[in-house]
Order: sequence, then C-alpha cells, then structure tokens
Amino acid sequence: MDLFSNAIVAGILLGAFYAAVAVGLAITFGQLDIVNIAHPAFVIVGSYCTWIVNSRLGLDPVLAGVLLTPFFFVAGAAIYRIYYAAFERTGQESLSGLAFFFGVMFIIEVVLILVYGVDYRLVTAGYIGDTIEIGYVGIPYRMLVPCLVATALTLGVWLYLSRTFMGRAILAVAQDRLALQLMGADPVRIKQFAFGLAIATTAIAGALLIIIGPVEPSVGRVYIGRAFAIVVLGGMGSIPGMIVAALILGVVETLVGTFMGPSWAPAVAFGVLLLTLAIRPSGLFGRQ
Amino acid sequence: MRRVDAVFWGVLAAVFLAGLALTEVMANEYYFNAMYVILQATIMAVAWNILGGFTGYVNFGSAGFFALGAYTSIVLDKALGLPLPFLILGAALMCGLMGLGVGYLTLRLKGVYFAIATLAMAIVLETFVNNWSYVGGARGVYLLTPEKHLWFKSYIQMLFVAMLGLALGCIAISRYLNASRLGRGLAAIRDDEVAAECAGVPTLRLKLVSTTLMGAMMGVAGAPYPFFVTFVDPLSAFNLFVAVNSIAMPMIGGTAHWLGPVIGALLVGTAQEIITVNVSSELNVLLVGVMLVVFITLAPQGIVGLAQKYWKRRRG
Repeated sequence: MDLFSNAIVAGILLGAFYAAVAVGLAITFGQLDIVNIAHPAFVIVGSYCTWIVNSRLGLDPVLAGVLLTPFFFVAGAAIYRIYYAAFERTGQESLSGLAFFFGVMFIIEVVLILVYGVDYRLVTAGYIGDTIEIGYVGIPYRMLVPCLVATALTLGVWLYLSRTFMGRAILAVAQDRLALQLMGADPVRIKQFAFGLAIATTAIAGALLIIIGPVEPSVGRVYIGRAFAIVVLGGMGSIPGMIVAALILGVVETLVGTFMGPSWAPAVAFGVLLLTLAIRPSGLFGRQ
Repeated sequence: MRRVDAVFWGVLAAVFLAGLALTEVMANEYYFNAMYVILQATIMAVAWNILGGFTGYVNFGSAGFFALGAYTSIVLDKALGLPLPFLILGAALMCGLMGLGVGYLTLRLKGVYFAIATLAMAIVLETFVNNWSYVGGARGVYLLTPEKHLWFKSYIQMLFVAMLGLALGCIAISRYLNASRLGRGLAAIRDDEVAAECAGVPTLRLKLVSTTLMGAMMGVAGAPYPFFVTFVDPLSAFNLFVAVNSIAMPMIGGTAHWLGPVIGALLVGTAQEIITVNVSSELNVLLVGVMLVVFITLAPQGIVGLAQKYWKRRRG
C-alpha cells in the first residue's frame, strides 16, 4: 500500500510535468498539423540553456527558463518561416516536412554531443534535494516545483487559447484556414506566432526537466514517444484531453516502473501510443 | 528482353563478378569492411525508398527493423545453429511480418500516424531487447566468427560477397517495382491517395505489400550484422544513425527513381567512410544530418532530380 500510494502521487507529479512537455506539441501537431518530431529536442535545448544560465549566473532554473522563452519564441517563428517556404507552400509537408524535422532533431542532438559531450548535466537550487512527508507519502521538491510550474504553464496556455483574440485566431486557423483568409487574416502569420509560442513552452519544459533530474543529449528521444502519445491520446489539440492523458501516462509509467522495473518504463508511452492508434485514433477527447 | 534490361542485368553481373575478383586480388581487410558498411547502407536506403519514395510514407523506425533482423539471426543462431542463408531468410520473414503488422495497424489512418508508429515500434522493440537476457539484454552479446568461410580467404570476404549479392538483388527488385503495374499503383498513392482509391487502385493492399517488402529488406540488411561486428548490444543495433542514414541517402540521391537511393548510398556512404577515417566519426554524423536538411529544403528531388532537370534543359 505504501509503495502503491507513493507511486500514484509520484505519477501525478510526473504527469503534470509531462503535460508541460506536450502542450507545445498539442499546438503544433494538434492544431497546426505540423508534425514537429523535433519538439523534445527543443526541450533538451531548453534544459541545456537553463543549465548554462544556472551554472554561469547562478539564476534559479525556473526563472532561467522563463527568461529564455522570448529567444525560443523567435527561434520557433524563424523555423516556421523556413518550414513554410520550403514545404507548406509547395504541398510537400507530408514527406519532406517530416524528414526535415527528423533532420533538425538529429542535428540538435549531435551538436549538443559535440559541444558538451555525453555527460549528465544538472542544475543547483536551494529546494532540490528536500522532501516533504505527508503521512507515508514523500513528495520531493524536485518533483513538486516542476509540477506546480507545469500546471501554471499548461493552464496559462489553455486560457490563452480559449480566452484571448490571438488564441482564438490560432484555434480558427486549425479549423478552417480558408475561412480565416476570407475574414482578412493572414493564416501564415498566425501559424508563425503559434509555432513560436509552442517552441517558447519548451524553454520552460526544459528547465523543469533538468530540475527533475540530470539531462544528457539523447534523453529527448524517449520524450518523442511520451509527447506524441499524450497528444494523440488526448485527442489531437484538445488541451483538457491532453492534461488527462498526461496524468494517465505519468501514473501508468510510475506504476510500471515501481512494480516491473524502471527499464520497462520507456515502452509504456510507445505502447500507449500504438494501442491508441490501433483502437481509438481520435483519442479520449477527440472529435470523431 | 529490352535493351535497357539487358544493359541493367549486364551491369549487375559485371559488378558481382568484379566483387568476386576483388576477393582474389585484394588482401587488405579494411576495404572489405568499408565496402560491407556501404552495401549495408545501400540495402537500407533501397528498402526505405520502396515505402518512402515510391509510396510516400515516411518510416522513422528503420533502426528497429534493422535491429530486429540482427537479433532474429542471433536467436536463430543461438537456438538452432542455422547457417547464414537461413538466418537471412528468417530475418526477412520476421521483419516482413513486423512491417505488415505496423502497416496494418496504422496505414488506414493519416500517413503521419504511420511515421510516429514506426518510431514507437523501434523504441518498444529496444525496451524488449534490453530486458531479454537470452540475447544479452542491455549488456549485449558476443558472437564467435564462424571457422568456415567457403573458398574465401577470410570470413569478412565471404560476408562482403554475400552482402553484395543481397544488395544487387534488392536493387533489382526495387527497379522492377518502380516500372511495374504495382509500382504505378504506388506512385498513384503517393501523388493523390484519394484519387487513386477512386480510380480503383487497391490502396491498402498495395501499401501493405510495400511495407512488408520494406521490412523484409531491412531485415536482410540486419541479419549478417552480428557476424560482421561480433558484438551486438541494443545501443549499437538500434542506433538512430541507421534510421537517419536510411532517410538521408534516398533523399539526397532522389526518391522518385530506383537509382536515387543507390546513388545516394554510394556517395554518402563512401564520403562517410573517408570522413570517419580521416577526420572524426562525430563530424561524419553531423554532416549527414546537415546534408539531409539542406537537400530536402533546397533540392527536394535529390541528385537524380537535378540531373534530370539538367538533361531536359540541354535537350531544349
């Protein structure tokens, strides 16, 4: 019972963090139909940038992540420009666009290995290492802080998309591009903004990732499965669905890790993904 | 037989005989090692192109198929002690079935899901192998190079000739497919799947044929790998580099024509061997990624496409 309740709590904390990793992908893959397979690689870049800021300037990792978002936003917008000019305009996105992001992911990983090596990097902050005990459940701060920040981030993005003018414009471009164009709005500019926003979230997600544990360049690969499993299971672009899916995945993964051994955990996400695709490709909250 | 066909089979036979002759005159084993690696990459590129280039579906899990082929041959060798040709056949069968299975699950959906599912398949397989102690688990497994190597001077020479034969076979299949009725059906799917379906092309069946064929070929490429390296662990067998290479080579060579992946694999593979020896293997890995991105953004038709454009312009 002890083990079980601990696993459930740890799973929920982990799931909330997974939502922060997947929220950007829910925008790009779910809303914009851009299969950004390099999304987790950007999260790793976020982790490394946070590590640099934290170790050079001694800033708090969460603060570092937030400060990095404008740079990531600009980088994301620039990448969308290239993607649009090279693939979307010519209708090549299904084959070449996919391979493009695969190549970008690979380049990011190799450059990180070339520059920083394959050593694990970690950040320092006052709260990392402490634990609060509630009954027989222990909650380490290095899980609690990411969980809270991730929840704020996910809810913030959700509110932004559903309440503000620009957010609704992003949802509109996902639903009917042509109608938006007829209203006099430029779908390319809106998509560029949305893609920038999605990449900006990876800066914070990366900061949270490196708070939870040490990071090395190839960690991103496991997160491809997690992020895509969450978005597909959540119903492609539905943010509430994505949060539920992230929590489910976090809990299942922790239970499997606790009772079957941690070496099985990576298969959970991909297993969930394959099952969802086979049984209910529209996801939990998707429109049929 | 048409003249083009005669030339093609003539070249194929000449290349194979040249390979056989090399084993008689060349003693340096390094060259056979290098050529083996290039031929392995050629099979992977040709296989990837059957689905990616001809049919228009992206497979990110090439490393998974490759490793499944390698581990199938390890298991068959360990459990039954079968000779190499049966190991290759077994790996082809196993990976063909895997291709069929993944295709059956996801090819009815949008193409994107298939791409992600192949990636998922590779990682799920890797986790299984990591936890399966019979094939060494995460620690890997050592194999002894067999004593016998027919009439060849060394085992690597025999592997090289076997790989050469397999690669030429795959190229012949790919060429036949490109020109056949089946290949035209695949091209119709690539260009407009809905239109193809409406015109009576049995799209799902054709797609399944091409995923099965692709899987089987990748299994063939992976089956002799354990005997080539003599030590296999999940990290090296499921290496992302295999997947990137088998996407990059057809993309660089040109995906629409059967010759594209062959040219891409020979060019990129040779360049990789030279760079790995003279500069560093990390740089080599980076270079492939950069070339892939540069080619698909600036020259999506690849080298074959560029050459075709050039010839058309010269003829006026």
